[in-house]
Order: sequence, then C-alpha cells, then structure tokens
Amino acid sequence: MAAAGCGGGKEIILATTTSTQDSGLLDELLPAFKQESGYKVKVIAVGSGEALAMADRGDADAVLAHAPSSEEELVDKGSVVNRQLVMHNDFVILGPADDPAGIKGVDSATEALTAIADKGSPFVSRGDDSGTDKLEKSLWKKAGLDPEGEGWYEQSGQGMGATLQIANQRGAYTISDRGTYLAQSENLDLEVLVEGDPVLLNVYHVMQVNPERFGRVNAEGGQAFVEFMVSEETQEIIRNFGVEEFGQPLFIPDAGKSESELGLD
Amino acid sequence: MDLIWDGIREALRILGTGDYSLWEITLRSLFISGSAVAISLLIGTALGSVLAFNEFPGRNLAFAVVNTGMGLPPVVVGLLVAIMLWRSGPLGQLNLIYTPLAMIAAQTIIAAPIVTGFTAAALRSLSPRLRSQLYALGASRLQMLWLILWEAKLPLLAAVMAGFGAAVSEIGASIMVGGNLAGETRVLTTAVVLEVSRGEFAPAIALSIVLLALIFAVNLILTTVQQQEQRS
Amino acid sequence: MSQAKLSIRDVRVRRRGVDILHVPHLDVLPGEVLAVIGPNGAGKTTLLMVLALLERPSQGQVLFEGQSVEGQELPLRRRMAVVLQEVLLLRRSVVDNVAMGLALRGVPSRERQKRALHWMERFGIAHLAHRGTRNLSGGEAQRASLARAFALEPEVLLLDEPFNGLDQPTREGLLEELAGVLAETGVTTVFVTHDRDEAARLAHRVAVLLGGRLRQVGPVAEVFAAPVDEEVAAFVGVETMVPARVVGDAGGLARLEVAGHAIEAVSRGPLAADVLVCLRPEDVVLALPDGLSTSSARNRLPGVVTRVVPAGVQVRVTVDCGFPLLAAITRQSLEELGLGVGVRVVASFKATAIHLIPRSGGH
Repeated sequence: MAAAGCGGGKEIILATTTSTQDSGLLDELLPAFKQESGYKVKVIAVGSGEALAMADRGDADAVLAHAPSSEEELVDKGSVVNRQLVMHNDFVILGPADDPAGIKGVDSATEALTAIADKGSPFVSRGDDSGTDKLEKSLWKKAGLDPEGEGWYEQSGQGMGATLQIANQRGAYTISDRGTYLAQSENLDLEVLVEGDPVLLNVYHVMQVNPERFGRVNAEGGQAFVEFMVSEETQEIIRNFGVEEFGQPLFIPDAGKSESELGLD
Repeated sequence: MDLIWDGIREALRILGTGDYSLWEITLRSLFISGSAVAISLLIGTALGSVLAFNEFPGRNLAFAVVNTGMGLPPVVVGLLVAIMLWRSGPLGQLNLIYTPLAMIAAQTIIAAPIVTGFTAAALRSLSPRLRSQLYALGASRLQMLWLILWEAKLPLLAAVMAGFGAAVSEIGASIMVGGNLAGETRVLTTAVVLEVSRGEFAPAIALSIVLLALIFAVNLILTTVQQQEQRS
Repeated sequence: MSQAKLSIRDVRVRRRGVDILHVPHLDVLPGEVLAVIGPNGAGKTTLLMVLALLERPSQGQVLFEGQSVEGQELPLRRRMAVVLQEVLLLRRSVVDNVAMGLALRGVPSRERQKRALHWMERFGIAHLAHRGTRNLSGGEAQRASLARAFALEPEVLLLDEPFNGLDQPTREGLLEELAGVLAETGVTTVFVTHDRDEAARLAHRVAVLLGGRLRQVGPVAEVFAAPVDEEVAAFVGVETMVPARVVGDAGGLARLEVAGHAIEAVSRGPLAADVLVCLRPEDVVLALPDGLSTSSARNRLPGVVTRVVPAGVQVRVTVDCGFPLLAAITRQSLEELGLGVGVRVVASFKATAIHLIPRSGGH
C-alpha cells in the first residue's frame, strides 16, 4: 500500500495545543464532526512545539494550532497543506489585584512588560515552546528585554492551566489566552490588567499534514476536518461558544477572511 | 485552604454519585495495568527462573541489566515506546500509537524487570537442593517449576504487587503512548494530571482517592495472604 | 544369573577437570539391598545421584534392565524413589508431602491419600497427617521422607545416608523399621552410608568407595572379613563376621549357634533371632590343642589354619572352625607355636569381645 495518504480508516489524529483542548471548544465540535463525516478524532493535546513537530514527522493527520510563524515554516517546507484561518482570540496580561508594577489599563503590551521588568515583579512564563510561550518571548524581544535567568522570571514548562495556578499562588504576572483564563477565573485571584493590543492577538489555523509527503496520513479524513472547521455551521458554533457561561465568546470566528484584515503582517 | 476543603467535599460527591466517568476510567486503569502485570508475571517467572537456576556465560551481566531495568524511569520507557510506535517510527504500520494496547506494552516494559528481579531473588532464596528433591520425586521440568513457584508464592506475590504499583502509578509513559484520550486511553493518573492542569481540583482529588484506594486494596490482599501463611 | 536392575558402565564424573568418580562396572541385582560405603567425600552421593538419573555422568552409561537410560530419564525416574540426605518438605500438610511423588505421577487424589496414609501408618507417623511440616522433629521428618518414597511402590529405592543426624535411639528405631520393610517388600535398594554397621545390618552386598573409585564389591561378610587391600581394610576394619542364631538369652549372656558351635556373648538387650557375630582379630587368642584348658574365655573353638598373611608387625591367621575366623597374632607367637597352614589350633575369645549385629530374615 504505497499510495499517498492511505492510512487511518475512519479515525484521524488531530495534533493541537493544550490550551485549545482546555477551552472545551473541541468537546463541543467533535461530536458534530463525527456525526457529519463519520470520522472519529483522536485529539493529541501537547505543546505547540510538539504539535507542529508531529506534523513534521507525519504522525498526525491534521493540526489546529496558534503559532503562525512556526506554522508558516511548515508550509514552506511542504509538511502541511491546505492551511486555513479558523478563528482568533486574544491574550491578556494577568496579575495580582494590587498590581505592584502598575500596569493596569496600559495600552501597549511591551510597555507593560517593561514596567514589570523594571520593578522586578514576579512573572511566570510557560517556557514550553507553545504558541503562548512563543508569543510571550516575542514580546520581550520586542521590548528589547531578556528576562531569562532573572530571579523574578520563572518558567513552568507546563500547560496554561498549571501555569495560571502557579502565577495565582505566587501573586505573579503572566500572559494567558483569554479562553483558558475565563474557564478558570473562578479559581483564580488574578485579574486582566492589559488587553486589546493587536500584538496580543492569538490566531488559530487548521491545516492538513501533507499526504503526498507522508504515506500513512489519512488524506480524506484530514481534508474533511479542515473543511469542517471553516464551514458555516462550525463557525456559528464558534461564534456562540462560551457566551452563556462567561458572558462573552471565547473565540472570534474568522474563516474566509484574509490575514491582513486582522491586522497581522 | 478553602480550595482544598471545597475540593474534598466535591470529590466525595463525585465519588458518591458516580459522576464524571470515574468508574470507566478506574476500570480502564485496572484493565491496562492488570494486563501489563499479568504479562510481566509470565515474562518475569520465565526469565527469573532461568536467571536463578541456570548457569550461563554473562549471567552476572544479565542480573545487572535486570536491576537497571527495575530503576528505569517510566517516562524514558514511554519515550522509547512512542518513538517506535509513531507513524514515523519503525512499527508505525501497526497503528498502535494512542491505543490501550500501546499503554499495556509500555507498562509491561516498566513492570517486567521488577517482577523478574523479585522472582529471581525469591527463587534463589529457596534451598538449592529443593530442585533436586523434586526431580528425585519424579517431577518433570514444568512440574518442578510450578511447585517451586508455588513454594515461593509469598515473595512472588510481593513481586506482582510491586509491579502493579509501578504500572498503575505511572504517568509519563501512559500519556506519551496513550495520548490521554477521553473514553479510550485516559486512566486514573493521566486524568488527575489533566484535571489539575485545568484547575479542576475536585475531580482530581476524587480520582486520587480512587487511586489510593485501589493501591491500598491490592496491598491488603498481599498482607492477608501473608498472614494466612504465617498462621498455618 | 538374573539380569541387573541397574548398571553402570565406564562412568566418570568430572568436576573442574578432576575425576571425582570413576566406576568402570557396577551392577545392582534385582531384589538385593546394596550398600555403598565409604568415608565422607568419597563420592558416594555422586554415585547415588548418577544411579538415580539425577546427575549426568561426564562419560559412560547407565543401564536400566539392560537398556541405556538415554532419553528415558523422566519415565525411569518415575519408576524409582530417592530419599536424599536432607529431608526437604514443601510448605503444606505432611500427608500432602508424602503423597507428592504420587501426585507428580498423576495418581488420582483418593488413591494418593490412601497410599500415603498407609505408609505413614507403617512408619508410625499417621497421627501427623494433617499437620504442617514446620515443627517436625528430625526423626518424624525422616519417617515422612521414607513414607514418601515407599508410597511410590518403586522398582528401585535409593537412599542417601537416611539416618544421618538423628540421635541414637531414633536411629535404632528407624533402622529396625526400615530393615523390616525392606525384607517385606523385597524392593531393589541401593543405600549410601559411612556407617558399616548400618551396611552390615541392612545389606546383602556392599560396595566400598574410596576416593571416587570402587575398591571392592561383594557380600557383606566377605568384604568385611576379607578386604581386598590396606586402604579398604583400614576403612572397614577387618573382622570376622558370621551369621548366627540366638538360642538362649539368660543372665546377661546370650547363647548362639554358629556353624555347629555354641558360643556365648554378652548381650546388652533383647535380641533378634538372627544376628551377625562380629569379632576383631585382635581379640582372638590361638593355642595349640593341648594347651590352655582353663581360662576366663568362654568361647573355645577348634579349627584348622587355612591362611597366614603377614600384615606389618602382625600376622593375620585365618582359622576354619566351620566358618572362617580371623585372628591377629605377633610374628613371634606364630613362630613359637609353629603355626602354618593345616595346623590344628584352638581359637578362644571372650564373651565380651563379641559384637552382635541384628539381622532380619535369612541372608
């Protein structure tokens, strides 16, 4: 069986991130996908780095991630195809209510981070090469700072939920996607201090692992999933997801829009 | 502190009402770790008896390997098994990655050296002339092996308990080769990690209580059997 | 001559490059009791293990009823029973241990229990049937071991120093019982011991093993009375050994009938009807027929000198009194009395000098 993309049968492996899974969106969408297409999805939720590495090895059929620059590398390499914009949410900078670095309401994310560094206030990073982590590191770079090795800068090496807990316990600052924060906000004393800066946008794309390149990939299944994610019905579900529980949607659906519309390069 | 008390209260509620697919996860833990230990027992008694009874060149090396195997970090085993089973790996065409079978395989690799090592030690502690005596009574090799194992059943039971403890408590390998998929490869330990990462302490505590109860029950069996033996 | 039950041909057992056992030829005859005697380390246990098919010789053959045992070890082992020196019992009830051999041969449960209990009764330990084995005394354990072997109703019985480590009275009792059972069942038996009295009591033939080599094989009396060389002699302790019948026992003195003569021996307790009379050559005094008519020696037997063998300072003189009687005298005495083959003498010895070994059944 050497034909391209002949693996998997009625199952597909979806590589995605822990924060995506933790938001609960997939729990809502996947049963519908199963019913419509007949495909069962094995959701492997790992760090962004690992998810994309899986794609690069051909160990998954589809990927749902939010690390655009790394994803683009894979497209250039030819490891993934059919990459489509799905939705976005945003990141927020969280911190203790007493806000020792005084960043509340600041417009610029980089300004806020500079203030935190100057004050030497504790900051917890994910440090796990995930989408969130990559974004955070890019912001420090943009601010011209290198916090690694500083006493106030900690790296948890774990998922968003765990990292929030650590920050909560220590009364430290951290960056999180809004979705995870909303889902856990009941258990947290942290507050949203900085939001809205365009650099804090968290953009999700779905893509297929290239069946031409990796023989064992389930081409049909992968394709069905991509199409499903950008379909109108799915986009509608995304639009409403989280409203009931949190009063605001966790994601903004973007299928069909061009990249520039979102204010991205 | 409130967090913990709330957690415990909620946990007890979950336990009481059987919410949260708790039992499905528990049964799966039992099935996967139980299978791994059963296979380890077969491997362990076979290899353990060869190690204990047969002289062969490199025997000391073999003992060293088994002892190293006992201390093998489970997460390392998980990584190795995952690499083999990934589609990109040599055994990819078996499509075993992210299945309970893969988890059984990984847990067996973790538990087998433990059972083997304990078995070899237990058999060596028996009188060396016991084997001759049994052959002298007309035992075939298989009968002799069975009787010897029965004679050493207490330390063997301890070996099985140790193997089970290692298998059922491990996380790293289970997540890597199992993928922690709901309804398929999620077990007690991996579920706890998931719930904690989501900030859901109540289910995490509930799962932990079940896990502790399981391990306790299994050890209770051993202690009871031991006591019975002492008395007779 | 009936075909041997078990035979050894050209067997060598080599350990670390050294031959610890080398037996060119040994036959165990059906129905006989063969004792293998020798000092510790002589290789007796090794020989037994080879006969029991528990150890493979480095070289040579073992034959069962004339056929090589090659490839047949397990079924043949199941036709034999072995009692090892160390009694090893499993952690279960005594009767289950006694029935173990039967269980291994697939004998059904009820039959097993019956036979096990029968033999436990025979060896006097039936009351221990359902007890655990942990607190058995040495004697009880040994009886269990024997019962276990006999329950198999084997064609060949092999015993390795079965009475080692038991205290004297226990040993006596067990020896007695075993002698009885052996006589009753007539099972071909090989047993290993360093104690010549045991051998004398139980065996028809004796094989002397020294330094891994068989030095002499023959009927008991012959080996003990006429050892083939110095070393064997040193081990067996040359003596006159002759079967006798006890015809009376009164006042601490037993009256025995030997080859037509009446002799008296000090008796230290109740005696079986058949005994072996043992007499050390050093205790025999020779006189010419007309000398010594009164002395304290209660036994005086006339006979003829049949053999004179110098042995260092002494001379060993064999006198035929109707049975061969060995005397050890100095060379001077030999010359002074003018003794030589064919000379008539009177051999005398004290009642206290006689050493009696009970025998059951006529051998």
